[in-house]
Amino acid sequence: MNEVTKIDGIGSSVRRTEDKKFLTGKGRYTDDINRPGQVQAYFLRSDVAHAEIKSIDTKAAQSAPGVVGVFTGSDIAADKVGGPICGWVVPCRDGSSTKEPPHPLLAQGKVRFVGDAVAVVVAETMEQAKSAAELIDVDYNELTPVVDFVNADKGAQIHEEVPNNCYFDWELGDESATNKAIKSAAKVVKLSVRNNRLVPNAMEPRSALAEYDSLDESYTLHTTSQNPHLTRLVLAAFMFAIPESKLRVIAPDVGGGFGSKIYVYIEEAVCVWASKKIGRPVKWTADRTQAFLTDCHGRDHANDVQLALDDNNKIIGLRVDTVCNLGAYLSAFSVVVPTILHGTLLSGQYDIPAIYTNVKGMATNTVNVDAYRGAGRPEATYLLERTMETAAREVGMDPAEFRRINFIPKDAFPYQTQVALQYDIGDYEPHLDKAMEMIDYSNFEKRRAEAAKRGMYRGIGMSSYIEACGLAPSAVVGALGGRVGQWESASVRVNPTGTISVFTGSHSHGQGHATTFAQIVADKLGIPIENVEVIHGDTDKTPFGMGSYGSRSLASGGSAISKAVDKIINKSKKIAAHLLEASEDDIDFKDGKFVVGGTDKEKAFGEIALAAYVPHNYPLETLEPGLEENAFYDPTNFVFPSGTHIAEVEIDPATGVVEVVDWAACDDFGNLVNPMIVEGQVHGGIAQGIGQALLEDAHYDENGQLLTASYMDYCMPRADDLPSFKVGYTNTPCTHNDLGVKGCGEAGAIASPPALINAVIDALSPLGVTDMSMPATPQKVWKAIQESQSVAAE
Amino acid sequence: MYSTKYIKPNSTSEALEAVKSMGEGKFLAGGMTLIPTLKQRLASPDGLVDISGCDLDSISDEGDAIKIGAMTKHASVAESDLVKKAVPALAKLADGIGDRQVRNRGTLGGSVANNDPSACYPSAVLALKAIVHTNTRSIEADEFFTGMFETALEENEMIEAISFSKPTKANYVKFPNPASRYAMVGVFVAQFNDGVRVAVTGAGEGGVFRHAEMEAALSSNYNADALSALEISSEGLISDLHASPEYRANLIKEMTKRAVV
Repeated sequence: MNEVTKIDGIGSSVRRTEDKKFLTGKGRYTDDINRPGQVQAYFLRSDVAHAEIKSIDTKAAQSAPGVVGVFTGSDIAADKVGGPICGWVVPCRDGSSTKEPPHPLLAQGKVRFVGDAVAVVVAETMEQAKSAAELIDVDYNELTPVVDFVNADKGAQIHEEVPNNCYFDWELGDESATNKAIKSAAKVVKLSVRNNRLVPNAMEPRSALAEYDSLDESYTLHTTSQNPHLTRLVLAAFMFAIPESKLRVIAPDVGGGFGSKIYVYIEEAVCVWASKKIGRPVKWTADRTQAFLTDCHGRDHANDVQLALDDNNKIIGLRVDTVCNLGAYLSAFSVVVPTILHGTLLSGQYDIPAIYTNVKGMATNTVNVDAYRGAGRPEATYLLERTMETAAREVGMDPAEFRRINFIPKDAFPYQTQVALQYDIGDYEPHLDKAMEMIDYSNFEKRRAEAAKRGMYRGIGMSSYIEACGLAPSAVVGALGGRVGQWESASVRVNPTGTISVFTGSHSHGQGHATTFAQIVADKLGIPIENVEVIHGDTDKTPFGMGSYGSRSLASGGSAISKAVDKIINKSKKIAAHLLEASEDDIDFKDGKFVVGGTDKEKAFGEIALAAYVPHNYPLETLEPGLEENAFYDPTNFVFPSGTHIAEVEIDPATGVVEVVDWAACDDFGNLVNPMIVEGQVHGGIAQGIGQALLEDAHYDENGQLLTASYMDYCMPRADDLPSFKVGYTNTPCTHNDLGVKGCGEAGAIASPPALINAVIDALSPLGVTDMSMPATPQKVWKAIQESQSVAAE
Repeated sequence: MYSTKYIKPNSTSEALEAVKSMGEGKFLAGGMTLIPTLKQRLASPDGLVDISGCDLDSISDEGDAIKIGAMTKHASVAESDLVKKAVPALAKLADGIGDRQVRNRGTLGGSVANNDPSACYPSAVLALKAIVHTNTRSIEADEFFTGMFETALEENEMIEAISFSKPTKANYVKFPNPASRYAMVGVFVAQFNDGVRVAVTGAGEGGVFRHAEMEAALSSNYNADALSALEISSEGLISDLHASPEYRANLIKEMTKRAVV
């Protein structure tokens, strides 16, 4: 490696080039953009969870000051505009398919959750729009709301198309083999867990700015999206029936998504529709309350687990029966998250000969539930790793040893699980060993005893997780019910002076793609990172792309870039061969130079670029001028990051406060392009996981009112809730992409909740506590301690 | 928010004139509660009278008491050498309110006049036998707080300053609500020559209150052990998502024990 690649290339912790604008408040987000003549949209939302709309009177609002238009569901219906669609469906056990009720852009006849949009007011200012909305009179006939998803089948039917409020009843695995294993087991460990409901809380609330150009009959939409091309596809093809070429979607700087900005929401579609109706640009921006009420929430599972063990404590079967809450309407990926992204992960890191799972997805009068950092995999990991630790405790084994004897052995890869996935590579003992070393596992009992002297309960808990990132390949995705491809695109344009413009179909909303992707190009071409510009988020600039979710950007998007750069190098070699009067086979490309092997004849990359655009001396008969290449990369498999996280906690019995005192994370993400960015992703993921395990809980009351609809009641993790993390890595490079990379964006959020809850239970286990639900709030922990003491006293 | 009038007078007399002329006018102190309320359209006053220009932000030593102007910001109380020396517990309380931004905007008078059941300051007012000086009278702490978000203040009556008696010993310990970080239970303990006062905030359905049993126990023995045998009643305590009355009762005792050092 030469000097340049050492500084800028793959494996180097380059400072994020995009951070200057973000840290100085110069990011340009959708709401920062204003267009001449722009008006503001405000949505009147239902304040009841479940009701028929008897009438809507908008007369007074129509004539309120500043009002440009007031529209309801009937206006949308009259223009035959469709609603959001479900991007993935699964078959049901009875042979039927997922029930897909319509999701109108504005309520038609019925409201189904608190926050459901009933009307939109468009006015000169937001305050005028809000004031006018107060004048709209909606007469509701209230129906009994369905809030408890576990018993939703017994509740009032929410959609005509969804009997028993069950969207789907899906299964995976071999039920009879699994039941047989459970029946013949030496021991069956049973556990029921809840995966608490979370609000995504991206820092930037959702926003949309739509503009219609009547001259060429085209639209431009600025929106907070993780995948602008998918937004364009859904809006153009499924909602408005217009050519895609007539809709440009731009997702400029986007302040976080965590999954919540994957889907097309009704507000951005209404803005597009209204911009033509009114003939002026229409902007909408959510405030934080609307974000709480209408952004798709995450998780919300109830899982019953049965783990069958033989005499040697080897796992011989696993059965998981899950009920999950999908909310009022089916969101784009709401079906795939608790099924394909959950059921297929149930083998974890373990060699389990029989697995069966059944998942029922329920409709309730709560906002839609969809992907949230980890999306299905945290739920799978939580139930499995809680069960593993419970099993270890019940059979009297050290949880690390219990995991170790059940790990898929290193030489078993590629390993075919009983739940469809085939893991290409992995090696689980090294990260378990390393994490234990990082946290000084062997001396834990000394620390527990020391804490006890101070009156504190100290506990340790672990989680050995696996996740599947970069959904692929497209053919398999299609076979499993996916309605989109799962490739990624890149276009690499070499400019005449040798600088590079990289156009990627991935979308960065905090991940640092401008840096990481530039490092890949700089490394492969041997040029400084400053010479590489990464462009994303605009359907008129970048090739069709699938966007960023599921930790796919590097494995899929980065690989596409790598492939496009390979094409650039191949063509450059041909140009170099011509310029150097040598055979193409004799040209070596190294450190940014094309050299004739065994000679000192060479051309720098910049000279090749110039020759391609000023082709005065150029093989025009056999080679086109210019230097620009596209690649569309469809991976042959998922990538499978894995790792072990170990949490150590101290609990104050007087208050129930759980303090996270130490954390070791050892992850196998394959090769790392930018270790600093990866470490940041691990930190952020663990912070969100600690949030789920200790603090966060979206709580609806029995009337379907969201009680935790602000930061006064919804507890987000803060810096002082978190310990300093010890982060380490092992590496088994991915076998099927050029870069040998996996994904790191969700791992922390997947691994951490069970590790933390296992630690809390471990701390309280001397009191006889064997279970703790998330979030383990001070009150809940205190109550568990009180109850254990009263049991002891009896 | 609804549009409203805003004026910023230079004296308390002008401020009082202005608010009277408004129909339903509101004094604007730090705005830490009022502004969010307005932004959520939960209030629509005819006008706001910003009293930050009325010279109400001095801190002075009155011998047996420290007198703090109503518009003194939490950060100023926290940083005041005078307060730190005479009633360090009060400086500590002020330093723990909200975050840095809130402490640099929020005021003593605003907090006390609002009497949020989860605010920190009312407990200090009650425990430190404070006198609330308004434009018309002086009100003793025990008469001032009349219920959740309710005080003895009359319409258009303005707090100008609050005098806090200097205790021989005092401390404030709070258990923050995990989400909002307001006091879920906050206990201000103050020892005077004639006894101990214990004021509890964050926990009572009627807002801040004094705890007679703990006061009696600590008056005879100012030691955490004196509380061990006490059974704290959960009656009248707030029940919400974050804490049951029983849990709050436990926290009242625990925070008091921690305050008595």
